Amino acid sequence: MTSTAATAKVEFHEHHDYTGGKIGMWLFLFTELLLFGGMFIVYAVYRYQYPQEFHQAAMELNTLLGTINTIVLLTSSLSMALSIATLQRGKRKVSLAFLSFTIFCALVFLVNKYFEWSDKIHHGIYPNSEELLNFEKGEVLFFGLYYMMTGLHGIHVLAGAIILSIMAYFIAKRPSEKYYFYPEKLKDLQGSKLVIINQKGEEIWNGATINESVDQFSVNIKRPLTDKYIDKNNIGKLENSGLYWHLVDVIWIFLFPLFYLIT
Amino acid sequence: MEAEVLVEENKQGNSPSAIPSYLEHKGRFRGIWSWLLTTDHKRISILYLVSILTFFAVGSILGFFMRMEQMTTGPTIMEPQTYNAFFTLHGVMMIFLFIIPGIPAAFGNFILPIHIGAEDVAFPRLNLMSWYLYISGAILALTSLFVGGLIDTGWTFYVPYSLRTGTNVSLALFGVFLLGFSSILTGLNFITTIHRLRAPEMGWFNMPLFVWSLYATGWIQVIATPIIGITGLLVIAERLFGIGIFDPSKGGDPVLFQHLFWIYSHPAVYIMILPAMGVISEVIPAFARRTIFGYKFIAYSSIAIASVGSLVWGHHLYVSGQSYTASVVFSLLTFLVAIPSAIKIFNWVSTLYKGSIDLSTPMLYALAFIFLFMIGGLTGLMLGTLSVDVHLHDTYFVVAHFHYVMFGGTGFGLFAALHYWFPKMTGRMYNERIAKIAWALLVIGFNGLYFTMLVLGYQGMPRRYYDHLPEFHEGHIIATVGSWILVSGIFLMLGNILYALFKGRKAGQNPWKATTLEWQVPTPPPLLNFVTKPNIPEDPYDHKFRF
Amino acid sequence: MSNHHEQEQHLISYSTYFLIWLGLLALTGVTVAVAGFKFKNLSVVVALVIASIKSILVFNYFMHLKYEEAFFRVMLFVTLTFFVIFITLTFFDYSFRGIIF
Repeated sequence: MTSTAATAKVEFHEHHDYTGGKIGMWLFLFTELLLFGGMFIVYAVYRYQYPQEFHQAAMELNTLLGTINTIVLLTSSLSMALSIATLQRGKRKVSLAFLSFTIFCALVFLVNKYFEWSDKIHHGIYPNSEELLNFEKGEVLFFGLYYMMTGLHGIHVLAGAIILSIMAYFIAKRPSEKYYFYPEKLKDLQGSKLVIINQKGEEIWNGATINESVDQFSVNIKRPLTDKYIDKNNIGKLENSGLYWHLVDVIWIFLFPLFYLIT
Repeated sequence: MEAEVLVEENKQGNSPSAIPSYLEHKGRFRGIWSWLLTTDHKRISILYLVSILTFFAVGSILGFFMRMEQMTTGPTIMEPQTYNAFFTLHGVMMIFLFIIPGIPAAFGNFILPIHIGAEDVAFPRLNLMSWYLYISGAILALTSLFVGGLIDTGWTFYVPYSLRTGTNVSLALFGVFLLGFSSILTGLNFITTIHRLRAPEMGWFNMPLFVWSLYATGWIQVIATPIIGITGLLVIAERLFGIGIFDPSKGGDPVLFQHLFWIYSHPAVYIMILPAMGVISEVIPAFARRTIFGYKFIAYSSIAIASVGSLVWGHHLYVSGQSYTASVVFSLLTFLVAIPSAIKIFNWVSTLYKGSIDLSTPMLYALAFIFLFMIGGLTGLMLGTLSVDVHLHDTYFVVAHFHYVMFGGTGFGLFAALHYWFPKMTGRMYNERIAKIAWALLVIGFNGLYFTMLVLGYQGMPRRYYDHLPEFHEGHIIATVGSWILVSGIFLMLGNILYALFKGRKAGQNPWKATTLEWQVPTPPPLLNFVTKPNIPEDPYDHKFRF
Repeated sequence: MSNHHEQEQHLISYSTYFLIWLGLLALTGVTVAVAGFKFKNLSVVVALVIASIKSILVFNYFMHLKYEEAFFRVMLFVTLTFFVIFITLTFFDYSFRGIIF
């Protein structure tokens, strides 16, 4: 025997705009391009003014480590793309595996960077060091730019690793949908309660009655953790995270030859 | 992930007056938290408006004291070091805390979604984050004053002095970085909103021109602001780690700093002026009671100003040691960017022809804008001329020029927006007579102060000088008296608005009988803006359209 | 505004991703090998060209740009154009320093 629910009809407003989210992320990527772009302008000017010294200084860098890091990032881009592709095809667990591998690559990159930098610092080559100030002016500028640009890039790799970890959490957890009722609409719901009714018409669960003491009312529906209920919003978020990650890769694609491969 | 649920009007039929306004709406949070945790674009707009006007008032007081110091030769009320700190702080506050966020944050946030028939912006939570970044940046920048000595580099932070000064430049620049990030997010939000949330019947050329101006501004915010971000970071890194990028002893070039600084800061002035021009494009049709002349020209000119304006920064470097070739190229580009601005002026004036002119306060500010911005623009052309700039660079002529465009232009545009949209935003009306008196004081004081500075600059008075030679003395006195009239006008205007906020009489839905969509919604608007589906005419300024 | 069914359904095949990855590795090899040649002033041009090709592959396939609406490509082009203009105009200063006419 069911009791009449409140006469107010619930209208569900979905505020997620997939294309809008994509536009927003691309616009943010443009700002990142220009942030690094500013430093590329500085690099261009000083390389133009000190070509010989830049070549000289570049020989101090470990080309092998740089190449390995390039391959690591390119591979991480592949695994990122595959993580998205598998999630789009409804394969949650495989997607998580590729995502984890991407995060792993990010950490490998950072560890390599740590070794590179420690080695330089150990040899006394760091900003404002006595050793460095004895070099030619162009070489001082080269290393200043090297630390700034690879440093800022490294921060972005770290940020990317964090973002991807958060995405892994979102994909791994049970999808849920939450519905809020505005307090001013509560008076329409006075005396009603939430129920679950089985096929025989029996109430198998009911909640408390909404009376004047109720200040807020929301319903949270948790879906089971199967591939069938992959939250579509997560796909959009993962794609946008992927865009960020690929940009980090693109910036390195330019940093690598400009610092490590100057002939 | 959240979904917001709005319970539909029940079968009995809710009348629009039963729907609470955005100020009365009871959401998930109560009291102060309903403001500090809001994602409603209208409340965020009010948060910005209050912050911005507060910083404007403080910045004005700083300017007032700077002018007091110049009442006599030699020290008057402060030491030279203090004067340097005052003009630095005045510049930083006015530019980063008032004018750049200004109209987009305080009015664009409120009006843009309503203008295009939307319920909110594309990213409401990002919108709130923009405000928090703005406040954090402001706090950091202002804190840097009290930690480590008053900053004295000028708002332009030129190297090598900004590298060597003992004052807390790093903290101030980090504050600027946060402010830039806030600006970027606002621009990003607006661009996405305009692309995605327009009502189905509203094509690009049915949008109000205010929206066009915010669109062009958004692109400058996204493309140019990162450059100041990285420049600030480089100076901080230089101060903290000595990387050597701008230090000549390590091979660096201080002029490169100027390039990077102005690659942002020149387009920044278009971030300032374009929204103000957008406001004028709204106010003039409304108070001339006829449609705007040359809609498409105004729309396209906004894009043209944004584009060409990003290419002229070198006119700040004419005497810095920049190559002659660069100076010539930048001078040419600077002349070109005047053209789309002039087109707007022609179109606004043409709109007045055969119109039915209503000289209410918003219109008075709009007309003053045209006059003051013209002087500013023409003096800008003078400065853009190489041979002339050699004599006028770093004189009071430059200071007067940019006050004419930034204050007489953007400032007055903001005051026009304030008086135009105040009834819609608050549901109250201000005292018209007092508003007009304040306007008159502003116009008289403004010209008394800044026109005099044009003359002083032409005569050779340098800027950022704590003291002046006796030959400039009379001019300084006239200018300072002008500043008193100006400041009294500012505070009368702000006081009038503040009083109206609490005691003003209730405003109707469309007190100006204007045509754009904000006048079709209740005053003040409800949470999701539209109670009934709006009527969207082909021409947003069509006065014959009845709704 | 409800966008449940608006989501981009164009899927890129796994093999395409692998091929692009191989292409990127190959180009990396090329750029390292070419670094040994003595191009003098041209070497930076060669390096930038190869890096640009790699970036185009990443943008078009990994970042899906090739399959998006034209708007995205146009906006990226506009952004990059402004960046190029910034560098170019800056070089109007540095390339011509000391030349007086």
